[in-house]
Amino acid sequence: MADNNIQPVEHEHNDRVIFGFWVYLMTDLTMFAVLFAVYAVLRNNTFGGPTAGELLKLPQALAETLILLTSSFTCGLAVLAANAGSKKQAYLWFGITFLLGATFLGLELREFSHLLADGQSFRNSGFLSAFFTLVGTHGLHITVGLFWIAVSMVMMHVRGLTASIKSKLVRLGLFWHFLDIVWIFIFTIVYLMGAAR
Amino acid sequence: MNQKTVFKYVLGLLLSIFLTLLAYKLVVDQTFAGNKLIFAILTLALVQLVVQLIFFLHVGSEPRPHWNLAMFVSTVGLILIIVVGSLWIMANLNYNMTPQQIQDYITSQEGGF
Amino acid sequence: MQHFLIGNLTTDALPHQWFTLGGTCFILLMSVVVVLFLTYTKRWKWLWTEWLTSTDPKRIGIMYIIMASLMLFRGALDAVMIWLQQALSSGASYGYLDPSHFQQIFTAHGDIMIFFVTMGFLFGLLNFIVPLQIGTRDLAFPFLNSLGFWLYVAGAVFINLFFVIGGDFAATGWLALPPLSELAFNPGTGVDYWIWSLQISGLGTMLGGINFLVTIIKMRAPGMTLFRMPMFTWTALLSSSLVVAIFPILAATIALLWLDRFFGMHFFTAGFGGNMMMYVNLIWTWGHPEVYVLIIPGFGIYSEVVSTFSQKKLFGYYSMVAAAFGITGIAFVVWLHHFFTMGAGADVNAFFGIMTMIIGIPTAVQIFNWLLTMFRGRIIFKTPMFWFLGFISTFTFGGIAGLLLASPAADFQLHNTLFLVAHFHTMVIGGALFGIFAGITYWFPKVTGFRLNERLGKYAFWCWLVGFFTAFTPLYLLGLMGATRRLDHYDAGTGWQPLFITALIGICIIGIGALLQVLQIFVSFKQRKENRDLTGDPWNGRTLEWATSSPPPHYNFAVIPTVESRDAFWNMKQKGLTKPKNYQDITMSKNTGLGIYLSGFIFLLGFAFVWHILWLGILGFAGAIICVIIRAYDDDTEYVITASELRQLEEKETLH
Repeated sequence: MADNNIQPVEHEHNDRVIFGFWVYLMTDLTMFAVLFAVYAVLRNNTFGGPTAGELLKLPQALAETLILLTSSFTCGLAVLAANAGSKKQAYLWFGITFLLGATFLGLELREFSHLLADGQSFRNSGFLSAFFTLVGTHGLHITVGLFWIAVSMVMMHVRGLTASIKSKLVRLGLFWHFLDIVWIFIFTIVYLMGAAR
Repeated sequence: MNQKTVFKYVLGLLLSIFLTLLAYKLVVDQTFAGNKLIFAILTLALVQLVVQLIFFLHVGSEPRPHWNLAMFVSTVGLILIIVVGSLWIMANLNYNMTPQQIQDYITSQEGGF
Repeated sequence: MQHFLIGNLTTDALPHQWFTLGGTCFILLMSVVVVLFLTYTKRWKWLWTEWLTSTDPKRIGIMYIIMASLMLFRGALDAVMIWLQQALSSGASYGYLDPSHFQQIFTAHGDIMIFFVTMGFLFGLLNFIVPLQIGTRDLAFPFLNSLGFWLYVAGAVFINLFFVIGGDFAATGWLALPPLSELAFNPGTGVDYWIWSLQISGLGTMLGGINFLVTIIKMRAPGMTLFRMPMFTWTALLSSSLVVAIFPILAATIALLWLDRFFGMHFFTAGFGGNMMMYVNLIWTWGHPEVYVLIIPGFGIYSEVVSTFSQKKLFGYYSMVAAAFGITGIAFVVWLHHFFTMGAGADVNAFFGIMTMIIGIPTAVQIFNWLLTMFRGRIIFKTPMFWFLGFISTFTFGGIAGLLLASPAADFQLHNTLFLVAHFHTMVIGGALFGIFAGITYWFPKVTGFRLNERLGKYAFWCWLVGFFTAFTPLYLLGLMGATRRLDHYDAGTGWQPLFITALIGICIIGIGALLQVLQIFVSFKQRKENRDLTGDPWNGRTLEWATSSPPPHYNFAVIPTVESRDAFWNMKQKGLTKPKNYQDITMSKNTGLGIYLSGFIFLLGFAFVWHILWLGILGFAGAIICVIIRAYDDDTEYVITASELRQLEEKETLH
């Protein structure tokens, strides 16, 4: 409690910035909602090509899901460590998060390249366009997140755990958790519902 | 690190893994058929959403007034409007517009002529 | 190699038609004049440090309004060209425009008027007034505010750029509906310009929306609870929430259209399992709430104006807030009324028709509240009040036309006719634009320190009102007779020409009104000594923006006021104003040029996408990322005005 009284201005500023970032996340969520709606409308428009159930491999999607879920967990621990002022632990947990995120992205790219190699391009049908765009947009967000983690680690190394860096790490954490939440729905709607008969 | 918060994260992780695996298993085994299965896995996804919101994002634990929560709830409402509204409208347009889809739709709804 | 360097650009892209040559010459001439003026008066540095790099919402607000006025000129020119063509092009005469050019003009007209004029004016007013009304010194994110403004400027440049490079704009209508806007039917760069203009300015709008939302929720003066907020702030809050809710939909939708065009995907194509109706559905999910983004702050302005000039508190404050909430909420569930005729069944059409009619109820509540505010008030008939009364007549008129259109059965007759065109112009001009004019006249002394000339203002108002009805009543009639919108030629036997000519006369009268407004500003500036506002409170105002001097110091309030009731300043005056004595150090945000650089790089990125220039795209993208990182890790963004400096500044102010 005493902490809050020392620098009320700083605290107020932080509160404002985090709320602003939260509002941004909501706009991002709305954007994903549009992509989901488009996918839901176009998912049967395969133009004679294979359907989601025939194309997508569930075990790999499950692996991706569990990896991203774990990374969301480690990211939470990383932010906790940073807030507690433990730089070493923050490096460790953010490092693990980065590796898990990169693995997730690698798996996703592998899936994409297999599909493209099989001639299942995003140019083939409305369904494939929607699939590549929805999953790809999430992947793009993950890429941004990975880049953000990397920059944060460098800046943490240069400047140490200052109040401003901590506040940014909290937002990074929110972003990463948010990506996991979006993925739950991609997993459910694209992969599981694709396989459900 | 705060033990209580770490515990929250661990609990959130375990619950999420459990819900993911459950949904996966339902689909692989095709435990239910058709719409029931879809309803089940969507429900599981929603439950997992709530779990992650509470355990990872700590929504609702901020001091009053709950602006973050309010923003989130209104966004969910908006998303429902966009997704459900679009699906409803597009299904209706399909029903009224393209001959092939009318055929398919009537077949699926009414079991053919 | 050539493709690597300049992508799809060829010499064909240089201006070679009369309108692109004219546009280019005009742009060049204007630039030369501005450059010479700035160099001659040695104002480059002043312009850069005091204005362009400013993070002060008041300055950004003024820049928004200047930019919006310029775009209003451009959009109005388009309107005159459309009407001139329609007045001439009957029977054997085919007017002076070829069909493709005509299509580009009405497309540009719509986009400019919505995105760059009305939105620009509103963001200008919001920037200037909201922080003052809620008793704060700045917005929550001053840098984002500057960036948002510069993205808006970049978008505005983009929509005019085709004059200089490219030669054609989207010939699709203002929403670029597919499949017409797909590559197969619009292979030129016009639609790409359209996409990136909206994408870039839309990003700016969204940042602005987030900024206002956070500012109003988190930064109100002590004591200002939600239900003590002035009505304009309420409407600013609701309008910003709408922006935050819907602009992601726009961004996603036109991004998908771009994917179709750029990567050959099939979201909205006619073949390959694309569904063009999904685009219509999504764009209107954004589009309908968007018109409420435009009109709701207008409601706030009218509330302030009516209450001030009736010298009474606003009648039915709670019902007013509830009505504004109702309009905001229902705005999300009416979008299908824009495409009743697309083939939805009776159940869907009925639902959206009924929801549309319901939205008339809260709107009517507001109108009755305003009228009851005037009832038994001591009304002072200044120009803002004239705009308000004009609004009541036009808005009721247009609202009833809207209720007609809300009935699907009637809409099948009226859809895409000039009746619809007349309806939404009544709402946007008679509702939003009149509100903006009322607001500008009302707050002008606060912004500049002197009042606008009353007599010229009233003349301008009468020209606008008479011109408006002369121009748009014929369109209602034409629509009922079956004249479709976007008509570049019609048969002489229809007998429509006299009505079209009447409409053209109407817009000329509006033009005189606009000229009078320009004159009004010049005359008022010349007479500024007589019209000077020394008190900071020229209208005997009720809300906090009048509690500070005119124009306000850059820190707005030396001491943040404590609010004890609604109409905070009115009640302070009743109690007797006291000069604050206890100054404290205050923190203000520094100016920064990064917003300009960042939006410049994003502009380059958009340009690279339009012309498929890889290296330029990479440059723009990398530059933008670097700007973001620099800003994110810049901890030196604020400066402190100490209490003693503040005291000196305030004492100097009192001496004036």
